[in-house]
Amino acid sequence: MAPPDAIAHLLRRATFGPTAEEVEAAVRVGFDTTLDRLLTPAGTDAGAAATPAPRLGPDPHATLGKGAGREQRQQANKQRTEQAQQVTRWWLDRMVAADHQLTEKLIFFWHGHWATSVQKVKSAQLMLGQLDTLRRYGRDGFGPLVAAMVRDPAMILWLDGEKNTRRAPNENLARELMELFTLGIGHYSEDDVKAGAKALTGWTVVRESGTARFEPKRHDTEPKTILGRTDTFDADSYAELLAGLPRAAEFVSDRLWFRFAGATPPSDGVEPPAGGVEPPAGGVEPPAGGVEPPAGGVEPPAGGVEPPAGGVAPPAGGATADVTAILRAMFTDPAFVRTRGQLVKQPVEWAVGAMRQLRIRPADLTEQQRKQVQSGLSGMDQVPLRPPSVGGWPAGAAWLTTSSLQARMRLADLFAGTAGPVAVQRITTAPAAGRLDALARLLVVDAWTERTRAALTPLAANPERLIAAGLVSPEYTVS
Amino acid sequence: MDILTRRKFLVASGVVGASALAAGAGTYALSDLFETAGTRDPAGHTLVLVTLYGGNDGLNTVIPYADPAYHDARPEIAYSAQEVKRLDDNFGLNPAMTGLHGLFGQGRLAVVRGVGYPKPDRSHFRSMDIWQTATPDRPGTTGWIGRWLDGAGGDPRLAVSFESAVPPLLAGERSAGASVPVAGRAGRGRLPDRTLAALAASSPGESPAQARAAACFADLRSVDTMITEVRDAAEEADTGDDPERPAATATGGARTSLEAQLDLVARCVEAGVSTRVFSVSLGGFDSHADEKQLQAVLLGQVDRAITGFVERMGRTEAGRRVAVAVYSEFGRRVRANASDGTDHGTASNVFLLGAGVRGGLHGEQPSLTDLDDGDLRYTVDFRDVYATLLEQVLDGDPERVLGGWSGRRDELFAPV
Repeated sequence: MAPPDAIAHLLRRATFGPTAEEVEAAVRVGFDTTLDRLLTPAGTDAGAAATPAPRLGPDPHATLGKGAGREQRQQANKQRTEQAQQVTRWWLDRMVAADHQLTEKLIFFWHGHWATSVQKVKSAQLMLGQLDTLRRYGRDGFGPLVAAMVRDPAMILWLDGEKNTRRAPNENLARELMELFTLGIGHYSEDDVKAGAKALTGWTVVRESGTARFEPKRHDTEPKTILGRTDTFDADSYAELLAGLPRAAEFVSDRLWFRFAGATPPSDGVEPPAGGVEPPAGGVEPPAGGVEPPAGGVEPPAGGVEPPAGGVAPPAGGATADVTAILRAMFTDPAFVRTRGQLVKQPVEWAVGAMRQLRIRPADLTEQQRKQVQSGLSGMDQVPLRPPSVGGWPAGAAWLTTSSLQARMRLADLFAGTAGPVAVQRITTAPAAGRLDALARLLVVDAWTERTRAALTPLAANPERLIAAGLVSPEYTVS
Repeated sequence: MDILTRRKFLVASGVVGASALAAGAGTYALSDLFETAGTRDPAGHTLVLVTLYGGNDGLNTVIPYADPAYHDARPEIAYSAQEVKRLDDNFGLNPAMTGLHGLFGQGRLAVVRGVGYPKPDRSHFRSMDIWQTATPDRPGTTGWIGRWLDGAGGDPRLAVSFESAVPPLLAGERSAGASVPVAGRAGRGRLPDRTLAALAASSPGESPAQARAAACFADLRSVDTMITEVRDAAEEADTGDDPERPAATATGGARTSLEAQLDLVARCVEAGVSTRVFSVSLGGFDSHADEKQLQAVLLGQVDRAITGFVERMGRTEAGRRVAVAVYSEFGRRVRANASDGTDHGTASNVFLLGAGVRGGLHGEQPSLTDLDDGDLRYTVDFRDVYATLLEQVLDGDPERVLGGWSGRRDELFAPV
């Protein structure tokens, strides 16, 4: 792959969707500098500063008196729903506006990892607080992040931590903490879950202030054995134990690879398709299922497949995985460039990327249009703050259903119709014969296939339709 | 990257159909099913599998109300003898299950108690994998219905899910069932049909993901007006953003109501489509806290949807050849936790209804006092139930599908 392509690929994966100008600027400074700027951005983020988080005031439920009637409660519920929508709208606007794109994308990654839903947490304030935590701890060592998350009020409510007491532990948080957040299935036992739950006893949430509070009376101070270590574990030392395990570093690296690089680990034997350049022997049929490359990814072959050369080494005992270091290793891994065309964009990535490239700011849309954006994301089954389960969102072909395609097409119409003049001019100032290429540059698509060229060509005279078709094209749907 | 873990987190990420993807599952439209109308063997039966995601608490579904150990273990969330819908002098159904109680009285509901498997796993995701692949002892990549499908010719339309992704249940070695999503919304933007047609073509050398994205356009074009109408109806029931709506810790399951999914199944059965297995689901059973009310709401939905479906099926010849099986990935711990909920447990009940099913209480209820580290000891291996369904409903070869499994529960079906 030529260097400009590699840089565009990096930007597509490490941001919500680069603009043509961002790609051009990155190509000028080269891959290494671009990566440095993504990983350790200099200065303050003007785009983020211009989109401050909403000030919500107290949780409407916290101010309800004990004697509040049904009507007052309903009113408070309504306010809560509105506040949650306000946070969702703000977050989308922030994703579009922020200059430090990898920072924002990483927060969204972590949101899908520590998948917490406002549907149960109810409080927009607590969800906002969790996003702050992910922002603060999400790009450094894994230890502080785990420690912060086990005492994050939204997480505690989501997985029933506030019900977890010495007298009768509630195992929900301890189990998912090991299974989904730090180690993965098969790396802990049922006894570890029970002991872990005891370590987490005592944490509750103060609704009025929206903070977590430790109540020593509810905490189990007995020694517990977790993963072979016996100690009087509490939330902090349990978090430290988990985050310090080599397995946790491995698990986090895997998840980052899965979300930023691809579902299929590279292997020596299988060359992934070259993204629409050379036809495979045997003509036009996609590989079985047309979903994932047939090798790897699903069933481990005997002996396993080697990790990407130069993969991320787990830290030596005690230290925890450093997220920025993992990302650097991933993006510079020789296997990374070969993952082009393998990731189906998550609906939020697709929508935010389109809005960035088309110069649409969600905050500038009308109320009606913002509702359309929200229902479009809902139609594609990904609404921020509402993951479908504690396991997070699905990936890959799960996004490629007929119903999500319909939602994507409606949203593409909206985006094409509200695109900023600068974006539209990129199309209209090109001669008719060059409009498809102008569209590819605008949407940072490396190249259209013959199929899509044939589909787009008749629309060249109608920039709005052309943009809409580009947004739903297979080349733009995957990255 | 540790590839051994990759599948695990594909599963953990909600891509439960990881194996199905490799097997070549596709998304079909309802119209594709209707095209098969009239091609099936009229003597063939249909199986409808209802999955309750999140681990439904079996002890508060089929309630051992006469057992003092039950009341001792869960003082705050136990149902009294007066509350339950009595099945006999020892057991009663959850008060929300009035419809199923009526069917039990008519001998049309079979309750299989104590269903489980050795060395139970308490992870939602792994556990659901075990039930769907029917391989408790090692991670499997094919589902039991998928393996049946392999033997039945492999036409995806024989085994259909109304979830948006194909569950591992329907993934076979060489074939996979079809996913017919019903959670869409009407309208598809303003692009001309010829653009959609052109985008549907495959292009040489493109990546599998890109090829799949193109294939979506082909799928979409085969969607007819009828599915749009059904979707609109399903949508109306599902557009609410009511903060009081039970949500719980969602652990998977279809987003459209169980009733809407079963309505689609009923239409398909009545039209005589070739489908032999339908997979539908309901999520939200992960009740670690304040369980009683939440579970009652969900069981009420299950009760209404299934009772309505079974009664509708009783009215047509095709419908009378349909059997329904209801299961969840595990039951809950016997003892309630301090949060008026229960944590992940083991054995639970399976409900069977419809064609040939012999109503009544089956299987031995696990003891509430002789526990395995706080959990019920299973008395019926779920593969016995599967083998019986394969033999009695699907005309399949249980031993081939279930790795040589020889157990049966023939008493669940009346001789024909």
